[in-house]
Amino acid sequence: MAIYVLRKLAFFLGAVFVASVAIFLLIRAAGGNVAAILLGKDATAEAINALSHTYGLDRPLPVQYYDWLVKMAQGDLGQSFRTKEMVSELVTERLGVSIPLALSGLLLGILIAIPVGTYAARNVGKLSGAVLALISQIGIAVPVFWAGILLSVLFGVRLGWLPTGGWTDWSQSWVGAIRSLVLPVLSLGLIMAAVLIRYVRSAVLDVMNQDYVRTARAVGMTRTQALLNVGLRNASLPIVTIIGLQVAELIGGTVIIEMVFSLPGLSRMILANVAAREVIVVQSTVMLIIVFVIAVNFLVDLLYGILDPRIRNAT
Amino acid sequence: MTSSSGAPAIEVRDLVVTNGEVTAVRGVSFSIPQGGRMGLVGESGSGKSMTALALMGLLPMGWSTRGEVLHDGVDLAKLSDKALSSRRGRTLSMVFQDPLSSLNPVRRVGDQISWVIRHHTGVDKRTAEHQAIAMMTQMTLPRPESLMRAYPHEISGGQRQRIMIAMALACYPQLIIADEPTTALDVTVQKQVLRLLNAAVSERGSALLMITHDLPIIAAMCDTVAVMYAGRIVEMGPVRQVFRHPRHHYTRGLLDSQPTMDNFALDGTSRLVSIPGMVPPLHALPDGCGFNPRCPAASDRCRTIMPELTGDTLKSACWHPIARVDEVAAQ
Repeated sequence: MAIYVLRKLAFFLGAVFVASVAIFLLIRAAGGNVAAILLGKDATAEAINALSHTYGLDRPLPVQYYDWLVKMAQGDLGQSFRTKEMVSELVTERLGVSIPLALSGLLLGILIAIPVGTYAARNVGKLSGAVLALISQIGIAVPVFWAGILLSVLFGVRLGWLPTGGWTDWSQSWVGAIRSLVLPVLSLGLIMAAVLIRYVRSAVLDVMNQDYVRTARAVGMTRTQALLNVGLRNASLPIVTIIGLQVAELIGGTVIIEMVFSLPGLSRMILANVAAREVIVVQSTVMLIIVFVIAVNFLVDLLYGILDPRIRNAT
Repeated sequence: MTSSSGAPAIEVRDLVVTNGEVTAVRGVSFSIPQGGRMGLVGESGSGKSMTALALMGLLPMGWSTRGEVLHDGVDLAKLSDKALSSRRGRTLSMVFQDPLSSLNPVRRVGDQISWVIRHHTGVDKRTAEHQAIAMMTQMTLPRPESLMRAYPHEISGGQRQRIMIAMALACYPQLIIADEPTTALDVTVQKQVLRLLNAAVSERGSALLMITHDLPIIAAMCDTVAVMYAGRIVEMGPVRQVFRHPRHHYTRGLLDSQPTMDNFALDGTSRLVSIPGMVPPLHALPDGCGFNPRCPAASDRCRTIMPELTGDTLKSACWHPIARVDEVAAQ
């Protein structure tokens, strides 16, 4: 297992490195001079040169890159050009919205998808299984913003149970914070679930026809016991893989959900900063999200090793 | 062990296995006495594995049975999956063909054996582990204590099959069904696995239903043999009698197509006979005797009316059985 973890860790670090170089170069290639972007099109050459010098943008690219990386590693994500706020502080504040939103949405999706997908697989060829497959199909077709709007209309406007949008900070009232997250999490979770159900269903179907499930029954398990005790454990391998891949999808979902429910999350902050041409803020925060996605997939790889002895012991 | 003495370990009456569209087993009856050993032979697609799975209640989804399967005082064919599951692994169990795909890849082999023991006897974990180690020792597995902690992919094919046998025999079942237990193994370990299976079955006094297409295995391990073709038993009787003086042309063909040192060659000089034609697919079974398209002795009657299994000790289902030696002499 130690070798496996080290190999995956090396892979993780490699992926982070490649991603950081790509972001660093992409932003420079797309926008040309960073200082010119920050100052806008009316800026004089002297102003641009002066700003380049203050931000060290006149140094060679490898030096700038190295400097950026070292600061990132120290938790210094740079400074907003216009408001002079520290990006790390902005981000920390916003993570209080985005992390609960993304993780609860994912968790809800998984908690729905595993039992429902298993049930659908168990009832394949029957009406109940077909109905579930159909519902999941519809769920995949529904855009996440539409799900959000519908839920917001139903629970927020019609029933008036929950706020239709906006954010109450954790520091003010944690009940309020949770209330403002319920509908966004529900929209995100349902859409995640719709996608995952199909994968869970096919993974369980595949596993149900395996010889070892038959063996489990041959030594005394009922069909259901064999499915739950032996089948699901083996089906968890492909399911975990898909969940890892869906995390990128999830981040995309949070961007939309934060817009629909006017939540002051990280994704919305990035969008606003892109619009304001805050190159430094965008570069650092996007990098942060990419590290998160790669890290999740690193954890998925570790989980894979824990779940499957064949992978763990492979050299 | 709990059943009344005298009753067979298993008695199958008119077993039919069908999925609504095709019928894989078409009215099979046989019985195996306590401690008896029956071989079931036939080509792929003859219905022998489906017969075995039907007895265990392990048919694939969509397949169902008709007929009776009497075992331990009950008709297994009428039991629910739950009621049947409490017998599987305890009073009847099964050894499958491919031990690699048949063992749970993500659980240690020791846990898989002790689970069976705990599930059926309710003993505590330690006792179950001790019994599992004893089983593995009996199966001559090396260093059973450490092997307990191995995963199926970490051990050899022969060891995996011995683990499989240990699981199947752990609770001293009255009947063991072995479906091609050595087909997936290297030739060098086949004999060893069979010897161990043989010894363990003897020691327990269990009955054995041995499914194989390897006739010498049947000859070495069984007292009776049933030959299946196209979902029916075409010949059944004591092994010696069936193999020495078969009455059915299919059995004759099977025996003649066994390769030996003397008859086997690939250069055209081979005297090994193979049966012409192929096993008919289930959806296109011929009328009358299922074997008639391939049979050297087929007549119009064979093509229209299905022969029943008849006879005293040796039963065969053929309108034109091969004459016995004494019959030939009398003519």
